[in-house]
Amino acid sequence: MNEATKVTPLHAWHVAHGGRMAPFAGYQMPIQYTTIVEEHEAVRNRAGLFDISHMGRLRFDGPRADQWLSRLLTRRVLDMKVGQVRYSLMCREDGGILDDVLVYCLESPGGTVYFLLVVNAGNRDKIVRWIGDHREGFEDVQFHDVTEQTAMIAVQGPLARSICKPLLPPGVQTLGNYRGCVTEHYGKPVIVSRTGYTGEDGLEWIVREEDAARIWENLLLAGREMPLQVAGLGARDTLRLEAAMPLYGHELSEEILPIEAGLDFALQIEGRQWIGRDAIVAAAAAGVRRRRIGLTLDGKRAARQDAAVLDESGKAVGVVTSGSFSPTLQKPIAMAYVDAKVADDPSAKYQVDIRGTVLAAVRTPLPFYHRVS
Amino acid sequence: MTRDPAALRYLASHEWAESPDSANGGVVAIGISSFAVEQLTDLVYLALPTVGREVQRGDEVGEVESVKAVSTIYSPVSGQIVEVNSQLADQLDHLKDDPYGNGWLVKIRMSDPKEWDGLLESGQYQAQCDQSH
Repeated sequence: MNEATKVTPLHAWHVAHGGRMAPFAGYQMPIQYTTIVEEHEAVRNRAGLFDISHMGRLRFDGPRADQWLSRLLTRRVLDMKVGQVRYSLMCREDGGILDDVLVYCLESPGGTVYFLLVVNAGNRDKIVRWIGDHREGFEDVQFHDVTEQTAMIAVQGPLARSICKPLLPPGVQTLGNYRGCVTEHYGKPVIVSRTGYTGEDGLEWIVREEDAARIWENLLLAGREMPLQVAGLGARDTLRLEAAMPLYGHELSEEILPIEAGLDFALQIEGRQWIGRDAIVAAAAAGVRRRRIGLTLDGKRAARQDAAVLDESGKAVGVVTSGSFSPTLQKPIAMAYVDAKVADDPSAKYQVDIRGTVLAAVRTPLPFYHRVS
Repeated sequence: MTRDPAALRYLASHEWAESPDSANGGVVAIGISSFAVEQLTDLVYLALPTVGREVQRGDEVGEVESVKAVSTIYSPVSGQIVEVNSQLADQLDHLKDDPYGNGWLVKIRMSDPKEWDGLLESGQYQAQCDQSH
């Protein structure tokens, strides 16, 4: 490797336990420990443990932190109550997506209300710069990148919450979906939220860097009878793809508008102003040019990123942004952007060009996988 | 019949070829190494060429796809493809469990048997794998 890559506080554990490491967004991350399918199935059927410390964590303190974030984010922030977590986008003036984020409204044990933004690892530097460049009028808000001082661990799967239950105070067990809190684990301060990126129920923990290895071990010990499976970014990708969760650099980029990505739920237009709002309103009025859709193929070969999507006649109408063989559905699935005219025609037929071989593809409603409970 | 990996020769891209000798009349089996199979994991698809095709050393002769990615298979030798392990695509376990035996991919009648001597010896190939991990 010619580029110096950063490591997470759990790096030594991954290496000692057979994690197959690869660079991802500037970090050495475990791609898999066993096989992607084994780890994927463990998360769908039992529970998986992920190191997601590469995600960026940015903290905003001060009475006007919410107003600053409200200007930066597509989702309403001013009405957020302590304990709420929201999925939101951050856009450029022209509406292009800079990142998709989770914004947390939290209260420290001392009673201070603050906001936390979890951003994509690959976008962290860009977002920190963007936030700094759009600070005018909010110089009194304290803004800190706390990524390096913390670690982030996801426990995902139908058994995830029961595994975490004995490790956390009683109140945390009843945390609702997209709720989070500052709490403690054996006296160590932790932030726990009922969020995830797998399509399963589960919790995500943000812990101090120095506590990460101990908490990771405690989780494994608590889950040893389930058993809790350590899982890498490989399974995280197939899990999020089945759940049709967008991934930055694939379904999201600065060239894509939220209304093209089908993320209208994350836009709160009325009665507020934020960066990118007017451009998105104008683009919506002019008509969306392309849409994110789901495709399913027969056979085993997957249509992967950049594979052309064709119509019945063989004309290119779009491009695949993510694709893989789906371990749950046992067939290849893909997300793609296609011309809105085609996507809006329910009788449209699709094909994909996989390195010169043209195969039929069937439009499939997203998500491909929806958990039962 | 599994082959002794130490007696095979390799491409850096993880394909093996057995030695052309009087026993096989210059028709050699080729395949991919156990290291490659281990790196791929979760095999889902295999495409192989048709019998009769002429290939040059380094030509694409197929592809193997795992859940994570697709990898191209290159021919380690030049010649004509005279046999294809056509059942393998439906029995990817053979490729996974026995890459030097039942997991062979195609057999090639070498146009220049001396070409084999130019491939990586087992030890050299192994050293390269160790270095990459």
